Amino acid sequence: MSERRIVDARGSFCPGPLMELIVAMKQMQVGDTLELLSTDVGSAKDVPEWVRKVGHEMEGTEQDPQGTWHLHVRKKK
Amino acid sequence: MRVLVVGGGMGGTIFANNLARRVASELKSGKVRLTMLSASDKHIYQPGWLYVAMGRMTPDELEREQASLLEPGIAFHVDPVETFHLAENHVTTKSGKVHGYDMLVISTGSRPTPQDVPGLTENSVNCYSAENALQYFERLNTFKGGRIVIAVGLPHKCPMIPLEVTFAMYDFVKDRGLLDKTEFYYTYPIGRVHSLENVAKWAAPEFDRLGIRHETLFNIKSVDGEKAVVHSEEGSEVKYDLLVAVPPHRGQEVIEKNGLGKNGWIPTDRYSLHMEGEHGKNVIVLGDTTNLPISKAGSTTHFEAEVAAENVASVIKIGRSVRSYDGKVFCFIEAGKDRATYAMFNYTTPPQPRAPNGAVHAFKMAYNKLYWASARGLL
Ligand SMILES: Cc1cc2nc3c(=O)[nH]c(=O)nc-3n(C[C@H](O)[C@H](O)[C@H](O)COP(=O)(O)OP(=O)(O)OC[C@H]3O[C@@H](n4cnc5c(N)ncnc54)[C@H](O)[C@@H]3O)c2cc1C
Repeated sequence: MSERRIVDARGSFCPGPLMELIVAMKQMQVGDTLELLSTDVGSAKDVPEWVRKVGHEMEGTEQDPQGTWHLHVRKKK
Repeated sequence: MRVLVVGGGMGGTIFANNLARRVASELKSGKVRLTMLSASDKHIYQPGWLYVAMGRMTPDELEREQASLLEPGIAFHVDPVETFHLAENHVTTKSGKVHGYDMLVISTGSRPTPQDVPGLTENSVNCYSAENALQYFERLNTFKGGRIVIAVGLPHKCPMIPLEVTFAMYDFVKDRGLLDKTEFYYTYPIGRVHSLENVAKWAAPEFDRLGIRHETLFNIKSVDGEKAVVHSEEGSEVKYDLLVAVPPHRGQEVIEKNGLGKNGWIPTDRYSLHMEGEHGKNVIVLGDTTNLPISKAGSTTHFEAEVAAENVASVIKIGRSVRSYDGKVFCFIEAGKDRATYAMFNYTTPPQPRAPNGAVHAFKMAYNKLYWASARGLL
């Protein structure tokens, strides 16, 4: 059964949301999904860029009324 | 109240000394008992290993007897914890002893795990232990020119090390007259040369000015020692003559084995620093072993330890904690052998690093000595 994880990287300047995502993805199995919470506007761009480059899948990106980005990623390999 | 500190490194020591000063009379009267368990009788100032790798310090300068750093009233035992029984409020140690507690503080740090990347251990050097830093220096010392590749695993402690080793090696090679025979090739896991945007904005032009090549979105997948090539998760490959690694890290095995946190990172509340979950009420987590999305650095650990000590003291005195941790981090950035800058930030405010200068470097060199006062809880 595939797992769902939430990684809360709000307020993270260093290592920052993308690094938190990369670390979490390494601990996941193929098929698992992850929701990354980020308050960094750059995440909406750099997370999908990395996800595509490595060959995982973006399942969606939205920003909530409080300004937090929710990025949904599925591990593909 | 029985306070039990597990770990005699930066976090455990600063916490215990700070608390001991705050509750000196309660310790004397026996109202409070403060015990520390560690895996070693030595305290090591790990940031010094960077200088060991460059031949500018020796490992003995970075060590003190742990017992000599502790305030009177702290019972110290070299007897690592093997099992945490959080539901019963006790731990058991390697020697078989049982230590009960009313408040548990865990600061067991992190460990480099280059073995997580195939080929990395055998084919690279790093400055993440005294022994490795000496080997690194040996390799640099016999380096005659070629391509030096810097490769960065995740997560790692001390976020400034990738930049610092690069600038330090640049000066090392320059001083030996080997600059025209050497190519520096810096790689980094995300889309800029450092996680902190403002640091990256300063470092990338600095690399360009010095002729240091850089490739971003490069996560080490494996190292082929025979072909002397590093492969990235993103599909690229780089040839090296000398491979310098910032290895990936995990928390301690004991944390993982006891089910306290995946890969040894304990889920921790970012403000209260209490462990998350049903047993977190009387468990505080400090330093590298938290799962917080902030730098695994001594300064992080130091600021957390101060908050935690103040809170535990106030629980003892007035029955409740008084402070939240705001995510404060302060990192020096050595930008070569004689200049440095720094980055200070918290959960809400990014750093604004200035151009490096000699004064900040001199301050860092002084701090390397002052650290012992800091560990004693005096600074
Ligand atoms: C090369 C290098 C350069 C660095 N430079 C900087 C810098 O410039 N600035 C900065 O802020 N930080 C720097 N750091 C990071 C800093 O050293 C660490 O973040 C800091 O030491 C973390 O403190 P800690 O208390 O979490 O762990 P540690 O200081 O590592 O202490 C862990 C303690 O736990 C003990 N322990 C382990 N297992 C057990 C067990 N089972 N039971 C009981 N005790 C146990 C160990 O013996 C040790 O005493 C650097 C680190 C390195 C390696």
